[in-house]
Amino acid sequence: MANKIKLGHVHMSGCTGCLVSVADNYLGFIKILDDYADLVYSLTLADVRHIPEMDVALVEGSVCIQDHESVEEIKETRKKSKVVVALGSCASYGNITRFCRGGQHNQPQHESFLPIGNLIDVDVYIPGCPPSPELIRNVAVMAYMLLQGNADQKALADKYLKPLMALAKRGTTACFCDLMNDVINQGLCMGCGTCAASCPVRAITHEFGKPQGQRDLCIKCGSCYGACPRSFFNFDVIPEFETISEIIAGALK
Amino acid sequence: MIADPYLGKYTTCVSARSTDKEILQKAQDGGIVTTLMVYALEQGIIDGAIVAGKGDRPWQPRPFVAMSREDLLKARGTKYNISPQISLLKEATRSFGLDKVGVTGVCCQMQAVRKAQLYPINMRDVPDKIALAVGLFCMENFPYKSMQTIVEDHAGQSLSSVKKMEIGKGKFWVYTERGNVVTLPLKVTHKYEQPGCHVCLDYVSNLGDISTGSVGSPDGWSTVFIRTKVGNDVWSKAVAEGIFETKPIEEVKPGLELVTKLAKEKIDKNRKTVEERKTFGINKALQNPYT
Repeated sequence: MANKIKLGHVHMSGCTGCLVSVADNYLGFIKILDDYADLVYSLTLADVRHIPEMDVALVEGSVCIQDHESVEEIKETRKKSKVVVALGSCASYGNITRFCRGGQHNQPQHESFLPIGNLIDVDVYIPGCPPSPELIRNVAVMAYMLLQGNADQKALADKYLKPLMALAKRGTTACFCDLMNDVINQGLCMGCGTCAASCPVRAITHEFGKPQGQRDLCIKCGSCYGACPRSFFNFDVIPEFETISEIIAGALK
Repeated sequence: MIADPYLGKYTTCVSARSTDKEILQKAQDGGIVTTLMVYALEQGIIDGAIVAGKGDRPWQPRPFVAMSREDLLKARGTKYNISPQISLLKEATRSFGLDKVGVTGVCCQMQAVRKAQLYPINMRDVPDKIALAVGLFCMENFPYKSMQTIVEDHAGQSLSSVKKMEIGKGKFWVYTERGNVVTLPLKVTHKYEQPGCHVCLDYVSNLGDISTGSVGSPDGWSTVFIRTKVGNDVWSKAVAEGIFETKPIEEVKPGLELVTKLAKEKIDKNRKTVEERKTFGINKALQNPYT
């Protein structure tokens, strides 16, 4: 197929769980590579040594600022990519790497890890630990429609990606506290339960219908806030769930 | 397909009642949700459903995954306080191993399901496993302690003696096991409403596959909106098999006119609240989820 976009996976300090989630789209991933995107860079899946020009860079992991090569690579990624996507919570918010204190052989001085947004401008966040295969799939299809689609597809992709772009603008830190500060304290929580479902470490329960977070368990992944229907709810996209789900499924058939 | 600014998109709207006598015994109105989920379970359309069962205290709901008719029947009736249904959305696919999940809930919970489908943030395996989402009409919800205040302090009844509660004809009704019936004007209950409900812009669960509630239909019947292909498939099969009796909504009183009136009241009032939040402080706005 002509007009495939150039897709890359850039591996910073992450556990490869995000890449596994990409691959967990199984035939959907193969279909994306067949029809919509060439995987031009991926340490694990493509034999390319240096960061090439990319339309969309999926960056996994945070950046160790004591590792010169990582710092150079993330800057190069920004310079060579049209769209930089923070794939997963480490790239978006630091996540579990926030708790690193160094002291690991053979580079014990590697102790400070920052989400990529502290070093470069990021266009889109896909939070999650790991990010769900379905969200990665949706963003990949939308990115293709944005860059290569017709006018309608571009308009849809634009609307769809907007809240994930807003998350990227919002900041580089995350915590259960976001739900307290920006949802509960703001009088917006209605006890639907979504946050508890999204929490990868089961740190959120509901007491009398309201979320309670065990903050010592929180790994700072930002899933609860991103998933909450009262953090963002775009009436020009979500109510069209039936049509949009069909479009995405159709693209991957 | 009809697209109404207040009632959302739907293909059909009818007044309906379950033909299952056992379900109707303890149903809130027409027994629609329980009957639909039992039917979907027996037909293999779902493997189980997230419903609001009994919690630790009287009238406190607790979401659970029902996997049999018996389980589903335990969740009959409206509880009028918060049940975080969506907390089990991923759990249903994991610990319970469901491939086809049924979900019941109020308007905001239908919104949550659809957001989880289109923006599955840490919602692995959820988007493609939602097999049937049935939403309830909802004007507002109450925190548990609010409901306790309404029933015990205002209506003067012990919660554990209450057989049924309902909101209808402009009043909050409390029925006890021994036959007391207490009504409260809604102006008494308004201040106890959950604040988060006041920014909600949906009254009849516009994002359910099917949505239902008492408003618009005669006593013992429910108004039912069929909204999606999934909803239409299940509903038409169920009706063809005699699971429900139905009447055209145009032929019942008070009908769609009242549904529209109440939807407009809720949504217009809450739109105003969302607007007022923009100038809540001095040059300081409160968060707006809709921008």
